[in-house]
Amino acid sequence: MADPMRIRAAARDGTVNVRVLMAHEMETGQRKDSAGNLVPAHFISKVTATHQGKTVLSAQWGPAVAKNPFLEFNFKGGQKGDKIVVTWEDNKGDKRSDEAVIN
Amino acid sequence: MLHSRRKVLKSGGGAGVLALLFAAGIVRPGDVLAQEWNQAAFSTKTVPEALRALGATGPAASGAIQIKAPEIAENGAVVPIAIESKLPGTESITLLIEKNPQPLAASFTIPAGTEPNVSTRVKIGESSDVYALVKADGKFYLAKKEIKITLGGCGG
Amino acid sequence: MKPSSIEKLLAAAALAAAALYPAALVHSQSAVDEIAKYRQQLQDGNPAELWEARGEALWKQKRGPKNASLEQCDLGKGAGVVKGAYAELPRHFADADRVMDLETRLVHCMVTLQGFSFADATRRPFGAGTNRSDFEALGAWITAESRGVVMNVALRHEKEKAAYRLGEKMFYFRGGPHDFACATCHSENGKRIRLQDLPNLTEKTGAQLGYTTWPAYRVSQGELRTFQWRLYDCFRQQRFPELKFTSDASIALTEFLAHNANGAPFNAPAIKR
Repeated sequence: MADPMRIRAAARDGTVNVRVLMAHEMETGQRKDSAGNLVPAHFISKVTATHQGKTVLSAQWGPAVAKNPFLEFNFKGGQKGDKIVVTWEDNKGDKRSDEAVIN
Repeated sequence: MLHSRRKVLKSGGGAGVLALLFAAGIVRPGDVLAQEWNQAAFSTKTVPEALRALGATGPAASGAIQIKAPEIAENGAVVPIAIESKLPGTESITLLIEKNPQPLAASFTIPAGTEPNVSTRVKIGESSDVYALVKADGKFYLAKKEIKITLGGCGG
Repeated sequence: MKPSSIEKLLAAAALAAAALYPAALVHSQSAVDEIAKYRQQLQDGNPAELWEARGEALWKQKRGPKNASLEQCDLGKGAGVVKGAYAELPRHFADADRVMDLETRLVHCMVTLQGFSFADATRRPFGAGTNRSDFEALGAWITAESRGVVMNVALRHEKEKAAYRLGEKMFYFRGGPHDFACATCHSENGKRIRLQDLPNLTEKTGAQLGYTTWPAYRVSQGELRTFQWRLYDCFRQQRFPELKFTSDASIALTEFLAHNANGAPFNAPAIKR
């Protein structure tokens, strides 16, 4: 099971700012290890963020997204105390879902 | 409509079907981004090919799309990029990096209620133009910015 | 084949861009400013936070033959007191009668509290990808607990003073195949190696900057690197023999550089290229 994400969500004037840090190697599949072998591609391919069951952001990523990805976005309608859930899925089928309380 | 969909679905599975659905105008790129990972688009090797795979025919240049990124990135492994679209009805924001082996880096679907403004970090292999493709009200728009990538030295 | 409208658009954009962008400005002030902007833009959302979370968990986790956590480890301010501890390290510890930096003290606690052998505890000082180092995670969290605290490394005990003097000697000692000392790169203002500015560690501002921004998430490595690592890597770049983990040499050099940073607020974990 992959390491947890760090999610910070802060509400201000009806808009929630969400910042996420995900722990993931984001291997491009083009790098060689010290033995000269290609390290297989391993990267987050899909990301979804939901607030009270409604999707507030969805994304498709390729391996060009940087290692230990950072994501920031803003949505309206969330309030302090609400939960937001962020889920990622990678090209190997691994998944990770974490939630945070909006403060 | 129903008749041609049945014909299309009979002809095979996987990425091939999606391409046919695109061509038949039955599925729009915006829909697909929320579902199957767009293998076809992510494996294209040039920006024009990527734009075609995303169904973005003839995107208009737009000054209402702002790409916030450093002019010079000290290390191409982590380049912070924020894209803000001031176009009304923005549905999706897509980032392409011209000189990368596969230019399509990331694509964000913006549901109603979410600000058309996303920030992330990408790997850029060499000094390159980065493109922001925005779909707003069913039409495509494009903006670009050049980012220089330096080599780091020792220390720091 | 006729160029598509997409290709025409891109070609027009390329021509416009060529007219606007001047030739490479690598050594100009604007380049320096732009790189500063890059560094600034990276500050938000530092992947070091992922190491901090792991470090906090490791501190509290029962491990080793004694199945104990590190929560009773005394980092100099009392058993279990982590807040502000890093800003006072290295320091002399009576129970070991030795000056210790953070890593050495952690090893001491891993051995005495958790029952690990020295060999097991020091097996991996620096991590790479999925082969992680406990010291980088613990280091990230423990140093984060000193963020904002003013550096205050005391030279009270005889051994602390001796370590400082040894560290100072080491700083100016020329050796290795290049006949380099730390001072060769770090004792003048305005020096750089390729595009990396070299802090002048012999004067106050440089000394403070050089110390208070480690550990850092090194973007080029994709890893959280500690001050220990920075010294180790400097030695490697100077073609010196390997700086041994928890050695007196490593502690002495750290004592010298940490004490010289006194008076500045500690500002890490940071993010660097």
